[in-house]
Amino acid sequence: MEHGTWLTSLLVYLGAAVLAVPVARFLGLGSIIGYLGAGILIGPWVFGFVTDPQDILRFAEFGVVLMLFLVGLELEPQRLWALRKPIFGWGNVQLFGSAALLAAAALALGIDWRLAVVAAIGLAMSSTAIGLGVLAERNMLATTSGENILSVSLLQDVAAIPILALIPFLAIAHGHEGAGGGWLGAAKAIGTIAAIILGGRLLLRPMLRWIAMSETPEIFTAASLLLVVATAALMNVVGLSMALGAFLAGVLLAESEYRRELETDIEPFKGLLLGLFFIAVGMSIDFAVVRQQPGPIAGVVVAFLAVKALALWAMARAMPIPRLERPVFIILLAQGGEFGFVVFQAAAQAGVIAAPVSSFLVAAVAISMLLTPLLLFAADRWWIPFLAGSKRRGDVEELREPQHEPVVIAGFGRYGQIVGRMLYANGVKPTVLDHDAEAIEALRKFGWRVHYGDATRLDLMRTAGADKARVVVVAIDDLQQSVECAKMVRENFPNVTVVARARNVQHYYELYELGVTLIERETLDSALMTARSTLELLGWQPHQARNLALRFRRHNVAQLAAIAPHRKDEARLIAAAKQGRQQLEELFAIERQQSTERQARAGWSADPPSTT
Amino acid sequence: MSDTLAPSGPSASSGAEILVLVAHPEIEQSRANRRLMGSARELQASSRAGRVEVRDLYALYPDYLVDVQVEQAALAAARLIVWQQPIHWYGMPPLLKLWVDDVLSFGWAYGPGGTALRGKDLWLVASTGGPEESYRPDSYNRYAFDAFLPPYEQTAALCGMRFLPPFMLHGAHKASEAQIAEHAAIYAKRLAEYPQWPELEGLGEGVACEVPLTARPIENVMEEV
Repeated sequence: MEHGTWLTSLLVYLGAAVLAVPVARFLGLGSIIGYLGAGILIGPWVFGFVTDPQDILRFAEFGVVLMLFLVGLELEPQRLWALRKPIFGWGNVQLFGSAALLAAAALALGIDWRLAVVAAIGLAMSSTAIGLGVLAERNMLATTSGENILSVSLLQDVAAIPILALIPFLAIAHGHEGAGGGWLGAAKAIGTIAAIILGGRLLLRPMLRWIAMSETPEIFTAASLLLVVATAALMNVVGLSMALGAFLAGVLLAESEYRRELETDIEPFKGLLLGLFFIAVGMSIDFAVVRQQPGPIAGVVVAFLAVKALALWAMARAMPIPRLERPVFIILLAQGGEFGFVVFQAAAQAGVIAAPVSSFLVAAVAISMLLTPLLLFAADRWWIPFLAGSKRRGDVEELREPQHEPVVIAGFGRYGQIVGRMLYANGVKPTVLDHDAEAIEALRKFGWRVHYGDATRLDLMRTAGADKARVVVVAIDDLQQSVECAKMVRENFPNVTVVARARNVQHYYELYELGVTLIERETLDSALMTARSTLELLGWQPHQARNLALRFRRHNVAQLAAIAPHRKDEARLIAAAKQGRQQLEELFAIERQQSTERQARAGWSADPPSTT
Repeated sequence: MSDTLAPSGPSASSGAEILVLVAHPEIEQSRANRRLMGSARELQASSRAGRVEVRDLYALYPDYLVDVQVEQAALAAARLIVWQQPIHWYGMPPLLKLWVDDVLSFGWAYGPGGTALRGKDLWLVASTGGPEESYRPDSYNRYAFDAFLPPYEQTAALCGMRFLPPFMLHGAHKASEAQIAEHAAIYAKRLAEYPQWPELEGLGEGVACEVPLTARPIENVMEEV
């Protein structure tokens, strides 16, 4: 495949993916196992189309980098800050807890301590690619377990840096040459991260605005890729994790107005490269090693999965993670990961472990990654229903019975509940969907009929009766899911009216652009009631305060529609918003003035109500 | 009392020659007014654009926040203004009264410079629950129905409008389907034929009522002419 036949390789990769992934999905196994299977098939041990998977693996690792950039885009700095405890607390507990248990087990079996330490750390790592891939596929990133899996993955990314730096030191005991300049390296690393954060805050947004102004979409795509590649390269130069750099860049852009565009531009590259990455993982399973020592490999895989699962189970109980989310949490973090490959390679290169041992361990990790989708499949079939059933039979089963109510409420949190109660009070029985199993448990205790299900799924919404309903109320609190749900309903059930809750103005516009007209911002009306109370306390008559609040509201809603065309252009958006605010202030000021004049004319006291 | 941002939202008006303002707080319970509004709506749909506009005030302003700017624009374009309403407690339903308070403002509809409505026609189309016989000194309503009309007439006069003879349906609760259908048909016919009405010939111009500036120190509290 080496000389000029890249077209053939491309043919093989694309052909394998296009054949294997739909088959795997058709069998209900998910796309990841499809890619892995395709990799095994075209790899050196089955058909032998590709003989050097390591090259591809290095290239395809960029898919993981892109994925972390996208994950970063979803995470505003404040949310990341809020996650600091799970990242550094639970992340360390997972990594070093699992590693300690694994090392202890290995030492107990009389294995050399260096090998025990390297193997334990390498096996304690989990696959970010599969973990986040599965979470995204299942729409679980926003759940408790999703956030915790993300936190642990991030800590592993951070921890990989000192671990890779320290592995050569283990070799010093062997008399090999260690990595010099540890302090200098650390300083460089910290400097680079600081540069990315500062540069991201100060330079990226103006730069993107400037590029967007050129109005050449492919240049914006190129710029998005360049941004990720440059960050990754910068991190690579100073020996940091490329994925971590991309993640940071993503976080810094999470609040920018270009978030959605970056996301749609990067998404297809991420998907394909990640697929290639999984194919490469499949190819890199060394079946020669597996064939020579099937027993020991199986033993190591089962043992390390069991030990990690034990640690994770204890964590899941202590955190706590909702019972029904625990299987996914445990399975996704128990598997080995791509960092394991890197650790074992580095260790082999530094002479800490022998090359055959490294192959053995890499094979064990790869097999655990291959097993993960199968374990998830099994968990979905037996473990999760068992957990659901063990609480009370059939309690949190997904909605299966077709429903025929005129209203479907998607999301039954604080917002959806008020909508639902008002409807119930008037004899309308909506079909209610929520995907938080714990909350459903609690709501059912209060006698609510709430179904478990993901409202962004077409099949489930059809079962919920969205095709025959008149109204679908989208009251989901997660912005992205809410938009997804509204979009899906608009596209598939054109006769249904969508009534939506918006978290904020950006969310409002996203729904508005989908053609949703009945949108309420969740804080507007309660804030206006607070403003009314405040004006009343300052001396305004209650009825006057009511009129002012209602007129403020009407002005505000009209202005929102007027600004809609400029919403992507921050400068104009701000100008228009300021102008609108000024208009209303001037209007109210003129009215106060007129009222004062009239009172003066009539010889009345000219005191405005605010001074009484 | 008008917002500077012209709303093009749900309350926007098309600006027609005949402006039918319907005010019924419980139109879904109504027999007569719903039919009448239906007839007017049919006429609006079948006539040329700019001929008839029906504005259901309770549907437009469920929160009792009348959009003064839009309403005044609709009035300015109209030649005939219809108030279609049930008689509640010998007068207007509350939202129509609020509409009058807010929209017919000093300096716009009456008083110095208030000439916006001058020369237009105002037609009251109303229903009463009680039968015509109840509006007699010896019955429970004690007065002839005409005795309750002066506030309407004088509102029209103050704005320089002609007050056309009201079109009444008494005893709406007990009216038969056929009676209501016939009433609605006449209503539609009259709207369609306006201004070719025989009785308009002898009516003459409206009464002119000049209000001096000093007469009205406070305007936005209540209309106390």
